[in-house]
Amino acid sequence: MVENRPFLSFLTHLVLIIGVVLVAFPVYLAFVASTHGEGDFLSGLVPLWPGPHLIENYRLMLTEGISTAGAPPLWIMLSNSLIIAIIIAVGKIAISLLSAYAIVFFKFRFRLIAFWIIFITLMLPVEVRIIPTFKVVADLGLLNSYVGLTLPLIASATATFLFRQFFLTIPDELMEAARVDGAGPMKFFRDILLPLSRTNIAALFVILFIYGWVQYLWPMLVTTDSRYYTVVMGIKRLAATADAEPRWHLVMAAVTLAMLPPVLVVIFMQRLFIKGLVETEK
Amino acid sequence: MQTKRTIFPNKLLPYILLAPQLAVTLIFFIWPAMQAVKSSFEREDPFGFKTTFIWFDNYKRLFADPSYINAAGNTFVFAISVTVFSMSLSLLLAVAVNRVLRTNRLYTTLLVWPYAVAPVVVGILWWFMFNPSIGIAPYLLRGLGVSWNHRIDGSQAMLLVIIAASWKQISYNFLFFVAGLQSVPQSLTEAAAIDGAGPFKRFWTIVFPLLSPTTFFLLIVNINYAMFDTFGIIDATTAGGPAQATNILVYKVYADGFLGLNIGSSAAQSVVLMLIVIVLTAIQFRYVERRVQY
Repeated sequence: MVENRPFLSFLTHLVLIIGVVLVAFPVYLAFVASTHGEGDFLSGLVPLWPGPHLIENYRLMLTEGISTAGAPPLWIMLSNSLIIAIIIAVGKIAISLLSAYAIVFFKFRFRLIAFWIIFITLMLPVEVRIIPTFKVVADLGLLNSYVGLTLPLIASATATFLFRQFFLTIPDELMEAARVDGAGPMKFFRDILLPLSRTNIAALFVILFIYGWVQYLWPMLVTTDSRYYTVVMGIKRLAATADAEPRWHLVMAAVTLAMLPPVLVVIFMQRLFIKGLVETEK
Repeated sequence: MQTKRTIFPNKLLPYILLAPQLAVTLIFFIWPAMQAVKSSFEREDPFGFKTTFIWFDNYKRLFADPSYINAAGNTFVFAISVTVFSMSLSLLLAVAVNRVLRTNRLYTTLLVWPYAVAPVVVGILWWFMFNPSIGIAPYLLRGLGVSWNHRIDGSQAMLLVIIAASWKQISYNFLFFVAGLQSVPQSLTEAAAIDGAGPFKRFWTIVFPLLSPTTFFLLIVNINYAMFDTFGIIDATTAGGPAQATNILVYKVYADGFLGLNIGSSAAQSVVLMLIVIVLTAIQFRYVERRVQY
């Protein structure tokens, strides 16, 4: 701060507090709703303070789900989400590390073409090519499987670029020394490059885990079997009970549980999260 | 393209290393994209027995279709509103966080977590808040004499999706603005202060212009976000309704292709969207290259 202006400082904090409240309020309301019973929503206004049904609602959702809405118990959907998010994050990191390694440390004929093919994936988000992609996955018999849920999302241009940038900053001497000492390419990769990339991998993992967790359209298209539902798409099914008013307290319990894991990841790994976010976007 | 001074001599290994990434890309990205381009030039008969090549008929019909023009208009309004709304709010918060010293970590933590909330969940949260029968927002608005029902009123529905989509994007913009603000040299603002410029003048004449690379970058990213990543928000809040008032291009591709089973038109829409992404990505990368030089 350049000079001391008490009024401006007051204004600053006011702006921030209003901002924090604005950001938190919808989530607070959802949490509050999830602690109430069925009858508390009939009065025509959402309750503003937590009620006494917290444990009961969450236990019901976690262990039984709402069978009428075709939603399995939440623990199944939560573990599916976890599995899928981890497969996507690990898969993206693994194949991107390998391809960045190939592009930076080797010279081969189709290097430039390979680079461009990877680059193009940036321009083809799932939302844009849903029907043909769906068709490919259906033809391969991958509907209702973890492979079908994850594999089509695993190519990653951003991760490849990030690792490429990072590999370019690694001094040439390191590799020359390794070669003089008789290390082959895979040994160099495993014993030198991977340990050096640790922070980058961790930061990227945080971002990609979130990316995998929040997927909605793709899981919705490729799963019809409730054993493979992810929590994010399952919630939509819970909420969209055609004409009847949704059972708000239970829907909001599911919403809270679906938000919690990735939000906790952001809060507790904030430093890695920010690093990952800022660097993947460059 | 840049490489190392010394490289490994292996001939086969790089292909093996690249194989998984290229296989996924070719099978799930390039091939489907080519299929989309191909079927955008074809018409399939109702029974799916034969397809005829019809040149640009799908496109001609698309651009003559009032509901497509409507969706394009909606997308434009939606993208611009979300971008402006979310970016200005984030800039305000970022400037504020940049002024406080001791509590800035705390505020940052409290402001960044919506990034991790799935778009469809964001949609449900706001749908709940604005639910005409029990939501808190319609209740408060009734006190002000506004009757809120986004199930009937198209412009209210649009407002709702704009608010929800902006809320989700605040944390992202905020982080990038904070990073941008931290790279503005202190000495410049101090010099201006000595010359007698007040905080507002300093912001508009020094900080804001120096922030323009960040602002421009975010502009592109936000337009991209509003156009392509908001599918879940639309689907959870309004599903494109009422009467197509919130149907945006990316939602229409899905609705026409999967619910309406109009493959040719949906493919043509996909191709148009791809062209838009290509333009946006090109702008973004051109700009990034420029930034690297500085």
